[in-house]
Amino acid sequence: MIPIKVLVPSGVLGLGFDLEALNNGIKNNPDIISIDGGSTDSGPYSLGSGTSKYSRAAIKAEWKSLMIAREKANVPLVIGSCGTCGTNGMVDWMENITIELAEELNQNIKIAKLYCQQEKNFIKKNFHLSKIFPLNPAPMLNDYLIEEMTNIVALAGAEQIQECINTGAEIILAGRTTDTAIISALPLMKGANPGSSWHGAKVAECGALCTTNPTSGVVMVEFDKTGFTVEPMSKNASCTSETVAAHMLYENADPYILQEPGGYMDVTYSKYYNIDKKKVRVEGAKWHSSKQYSVKLEGAKIAGYQASLLVLLREKNYVENVKKWTDKLSNFLKNEINERMAIDTSEYSIEFRHIGLNSTLGELEKNIRSPVEVGVLCLITSKNQISTEIAKLINPFLLHFPLSSNEELPTFAFPFSPVHSDRGCVYEFALNHILELDNPMDAFQIKISEV
Amino acid sequence: MLTLGEKVRKIRSKNAGPFWITIDIFCGNKKIYKEVCNKLTNSEIINLLMINEQQLKRFEIDDLNVIKFSFPRKIIQGDVFDRDMHGAQLAILLSEMKF
Repeated sequence: MIPIKVLVPSGVLGLGFDLEALNNGIKNNPDIISIDGGSTDSGPYSLGSGTSKYSRAAIKAEWKSLMIAREKANVPLVIGSCGTCGTNGMVDWMENITIELAEELNQNIKIAKLYCQQEKNFIKKNFHLSKIFPLNPAPMLNDYLIEEMTNIVALAGAEQIQECINTGAEIILAGRTTDTAIISALPLMKGANPGSSWHGAKVAECGALCTTNPTSGVVMVEFDKTGFTVEPMSKNASCTSETVAAHMLYENADPYILQEPGGYMDVTYSKYYNIDKKKVRVEGAKWHSSKQYSVKLEGAKIAGYQASLLVLLREKNYVENVKKWTDKLSNFLKNEINERMAIDTSEYSIEFRHIGLNSTLGELEKNIRSPVEVGVLCLITSKNQISTEIAKLINPFLLHFPLSSNEELPTFAFPFSPVHSDRGCVYEFALNHILELDNPMDAFQIKISEV
Repeated sequence: MLTLGEKVRKIRSKNAGPFWITIDIFCGNKKIYKEVCNKLTNSEIINLLMINEQQLKRFEIDDLNVIKFSFPRKIIQGDVFDRDMHGAQLAILLSEMKF
């Protein structure tokens, strides 16, 4: 086979990359440009709300550079997990940006869109057919919980990206996809070593994170029948056998195994060789196909409506007794809320976090000392949209609540007005499951458009 | 007595998807790696992080002089009571351990 070169501009669209390195990449004649557009890494809000974590302006500016580079190289440009969460709405959002740019740049392009979002009824049906299995650990699943989810996506793998490549599209906008599949799809299609196709994809999925200069972004991976070679495109970055091997540790619970749709990769016996000062050669990864094809599911549901308040304590007695103060205040507020709003404690939660003591690690903190000041973050989460009303009720007590009954009313520091922040709807991840499919395309659709 | 953080080159922790945390101890050289492998017990980690013994996975990666621990998070990433979505501050607990 002729080796296949995949250019990866950065770990995710929106994070930025070195333009000179991108141009170097184009000069090295890639066969495809692949970039990730999302992740669950920033929490459940993006999937829950179906919105992008990054600003549209940042995405548009970077996508413009990539569309120009793609035209120069005359190869397909693939983005996976459009708009962070990869819902259908975010694929269309990305198409909208692409159409605007195509007009601005005067480009005629064929676009393939891969839709990965799942209908609740389809998920329920498969759940009843015992086609959905929990991973460890998995939230409980039933019809009611499926119904509560705001968005459910299935993670596409190499097979679905290959279907898109086969349409002849110049730009592929994929919904939720595994980080690696956008990179491994073409080498696998062209007969590269399967284990190494996935391993090389895993090494490059965070862009230059596998190099000595992670912010430089751009890397090129060349795949062949026996392995892959990875090289950063920036002048100021190198790959070493250690930076490349160490990347298998990053964000991976298991440093040897990577589960993908249709099987898993094992790098236990991989060998890493420094070719020169920049390049590393890797061989030895094994791919194990599973009998039953399956894809991973992600889902999010509304956890509640949240409001927050922040008060600052500087007075020594209150700083030293802040835990006692918030315990006392908490009990007092329960009664106030019950009496004045007629809301039971089962309808909401109030949590006080002591910033300066243990707000980061909570009960795990071993090193609690008395600080000069302490910030008290009060988080109110309610089932219905009453958290802001509760926050307003709490406001005067947070400002003036005394530790003892025989002292003048204290007044603490509110750093801003309004004192409360309405955090709106908050979400939680509700799926860590796999879905078995007879055919890889059964849960996915491709749509073609031309601009 | 040194802390573990003073002994090794680097300790980092990170979420591995929304449901797991993973901790990497980069020992820096073979001698320290062997020493940490021998002395650092799973029960110390279990007590420090208040996790379930059966759920702790330990990997000793000779080629990289790295000891890795992975475990399911008690609070799923971004849940209402989560304090550190990326779990990156947990590494500090290991760094400050007496070794």
